[in-house]
Order: sequence, then structure tokens, then C-alpha cells
Amino acid sequence: MATIEHGGSSFDVDEDGFLTKGMEEWNEHWVTYVKDIEGIGDMTDEHWKVVNALQDYYKKNGIAPMVRILSKTTGFPLKRIYELFPSGPGKGACKMAGLPKPTGCV
Amino acid sequence: MPKHETPLLDELEKGPWPSFVTDLKRQAETKPECWDILGQLELSFKDRITHWKHGGIVGVFGYGGGIVGRYSDSPKEFPGVAHFHTVRLNQPSSKFYGTKKLREICDLWEKYGSGMTNMHGSTGDLVLLGTTTPNLEPLFYDLTHDLNMDLGGSGSNLRTPACCLGKARCEWSCIDTQALCHHLTMHYQDEIHRPAFPYKFKFKMSGCPNDCVAAIARSDFAVIGTWRDDIRMDQDAVKGYINGDFPANGGSHAGRDWGKFNIKKEVLDLCPTNCMWMEGDELKIDNSECTRCMHCINVMPRALRPGADQGATICVGAKAPILDGAQFATMTIPFLKIDPETEFEAVIEVIEKIWDWWMEVGKNRERVGETIMRVGLPTFLKVMEVDIIPQHVREPRSNPYVFWQDEEVPGGFERDVIEFRKKHAQ
Repeated sequence: MATIEHGGSSFDVDEDGFLTKGMEEWNEHWVTYVKDIEGIGDMTDEHWKVVNALQDYYKKNGIAPMVRILSKTTGFPLKRIYELFPSGPGKGACKMAGLPKPTGCV
Repeated sequence: MPKHETPLLDELEKGPWPSFVTDLKRQAETKPECWDILGQLELSFKDRITHWKHGGIVGVFGYGGGIVGRYSDSPKEFPGVAHFHTVRLNQPSSKFYGTKKLREICDLWEKYGSGMTNMHGSTGDLVLLGTTTPNLEPLFYDLTHDLNMDLGGSGSNLRTPACCLGKARCEWSCIDTQALCHHLTMHYQDEIHRPAFPYKFKFKMSGCPNDCVAAIARSDFAVIGTWRDDIRMDQDAVKGYINGDFPANGGSHAGRDWGKFNIKKEVLDLCPTNCMWMEGDELKIDNSECTRCMHCINVMPRALRPGADQGATICVGAKAPILDGAQFATMTIPFLKIDPETEFEAVIEVIEKIWDWWMEVGKNRERVGETIMRVGLPTFLKVMEVDIIPQHVREPRSNPYVFWQDEEVPGGFERDVIEFRKKHAQ
């Protein structure tokens, strides 16, 4: 476990850089921090659309959406999601949105 | 990193089998982090519990899988394995290597990792065991730029396909498993590297029903070579076996005296369909009753060969027990021509029918075999656009809970109870 200071906020993160307290500690400073480490240029409306979709789904359902549901709700095919988030929807977008770390046989 | 005391592991250096402990110790002389692998494992032997933390999400940009993140729960005690990520390299079909390539891989792994490997993972990947997060991107850069190799699959995606060694050195292979494996791997790079499925999905190809890559048990999509004409026979060679000129089963049972070869006892009487007999010293087979189990061919490889009209059977849905029980793959297409000339078009068509359907109806973390169980085999076969034939079942259902479609029933399902009451008073 480590603490990250960025833009005046501090965040508790695990080894993989996911927020240990999830959306509770999430704010825009977290987004700019993740943007830099996950190989993302400028935050565009499309990035926000993915982040918002993940957070909305998580608040409503308590889990991250399946990839094809994320594609459906945002209208972005998987290829576009990787263009926006080079690490992919799990390691890239979920981390930025403050969702818990994906688990299982990954 | 200092050496740890490992009295329990040291026991495993005794005995004739190659000792992984001895190998690790030898590697530790040049890669001291290996002492910490041994140290943490010794602690696990003592505590009888794993000392790896839960999960781990690491990777390289552009891919959603290929690397399995792992962290020690005692990083202070074992700093050499604080990060111990596993990198899956996509192996060549059937794992034939030149020493040059293996040396390159070893040099790369000496530079970026622990030097320990798994040759190979059960799915087929060449597994590089143990490196740190900052090393992942440089490793991937060298791997792709210098070695011309790529990562394998992990996560809810198409995992690294694997095959038996096929026509490379087996006279029974009915399909070029290596060509098919390689082609599908290249064709589905996107599906391997970017998880887009409800859950994992595996391909395996075997050249014949002996199934040396265990496709029927360990792949969601199994391609198993077979033939549909007659077993090719060399009657002189049959006589050779009977006379004891050739050892049965290629000499596999030479370690014990099983007596003189007895074709009746060892072949005819063991044929599962009893479709073989001798006429004088001529072997006869009623091929229309043969299920192509391979037994007679396995026993007399010089005398019997698979037929010449070759192809493959497609079976779908094998999986390990979680969640709802282990499954072997279900026979879906009894015979499909496997044609490299058309770039395996027919196989690809079948795969995409499964994916189009499963990606839509499969639940989160539901293997395709479970989806088939949930919706029923008839629905699946309809999706696959195959005619339902007796070969699709081992036996017909014994319960009478039979579903009918509206259009199959005269008058349909829309009925008026008032009409019924006119004949049947309450």
C-alpha cells in the first residue's frame, strides 16, 4: 500500500495503482494523475464518457460492466476504447474511474 | 539477496527425478532473487499456505492481457519476489524450437526477469516466471522488436491456441494441426490481446482422436482430426504382426512379458463396435460400423492407417468444474473439411457463429459450455445452423419435459378458456 500526492489531494493506492478506497477518494486530480501514468494524452469528452459510464454502472450495480456493455452504453467499439485507454478498459479506464481492481483469472 | 535456510525444500533434492529445487539453487548463483523464491516457498511449506497476495493487474500498453501480476505478502522478508509477475509468451505451434531462439529468450529473461521459466504453461504458452512492473514495457519492446515474438493471452479473451504435433511427425494426423493453430492465432490477434468476451475461450487442435493435446477436455473449441472413408490396410503387415515380426503398439509394452501377440485378444475382441474379424489370415473391417476410436491403428501402426478422406470433428464447451461442474466438449459438427487452401474458412465460420451468439447471450464469467447447458443443446445447435442428428447425443432424453415451438403445434398456443368450458363444465 502506498499514498500518492497529486494536485494537492492524497490517494491510498494498492501495488497496481488502484484506489483502495474506490470512488470515496476519487476526484479530478486522480484523473489527471492516472492520465499521465496510463499513457493518455489529453482528456477528451470521449474519455469522460467512458469514465462516467463506468461510475454510473458501478454505482447502480456494484460491479464493473462487462466489456460489451461498456461498448454498448458508450457506443465505442473495443478498438476505440483502447485508443482512448492504451491499457484497456480494466487496467486503464476502471483505474481512472476509481473502480475496484478487476479480479478473477486474469 | 541472502540465501535462506530451506530444510524442507532440501528434501526435494533427493531421488531420481529432476529436482526443481536444485535447478532454482543453480539459477540463484547468477540470479540472487531466486533465493527469495526458495525462501518464500519454504515458508509456505512450513505455514501450509500461499504467500502470494490476491490478484494483480499489470500489463503493457495496447493489450488487456498476457501478463499475470503477482506480489509477495512478505516483501520485506523476500524483496526478490516483492514483484513476481508472470509473462506469457506465445509459443510456436507444437513447441518446436531452434536453439538460437531459445538462447535469445534466455538472454532476454536473464536481462529483465528472474531467469526462471515454465516450459510450458498448460494452455501452451512459454511462461517467464517473475519480473517487476517497470521491466514489463522494456521486456515487451525487446521481445517484439528483437525476437519477433508476442505475448500470449490471459483474461476474458481468446487464450493462446495449442495443437498436437500433427503432421510434423505423426502418421495418424488427419489435419495439419500446426497450420490451423498458427493461422487461427494470427487471424484472431485482437481477440487474444484485448479481452472482449464474457469469459475465457480456448482453441485446441488434435490430429486424431488420440487427442494428444487433450482438446476434448481443455478447450472451449476442439478440432479433432478424423476420416470418413475406410481404414487403409496392409494385409502383409497384418501377417507381420501375427508372426511377431513387428511389436504391437510400436513396442510400448516391451517392459513386461505379455506373451505372443494375439490379434483376436488384443484387437478384434477389444474393438468397441465389434466390427472386425479375420477371414483366414486376412483382416476385415466393416467400416460403416467403425467409430474411429483408433485402437486397432494404435496397436498395428505399420498395418493400419486412417482413411484418406480426412477432416475434423468439432466439439464445443469443455471446461473445469467451476461453476457448475466439469464438462467435456460436446460433439457439434461430426465432419468438417479442414482446408488450408481456403485459409480455413469453414473453421472460422463455425467459430464466429459461436462467438456472435455467446458474446450476446453469455452471462458475466460464463464459459460457453455453461451457456449451452443453460439455454439447451437444441438452441445452441439451431444457432450453429447444423441439422440435429442422432450423433449429437449419447442417448435420448429420459424425461418427458419436451418443449415445442408455437408453430409446431396445430392451433398454436393461443387458446380461449371459454371455448374449452363449452365442452367441459366447471
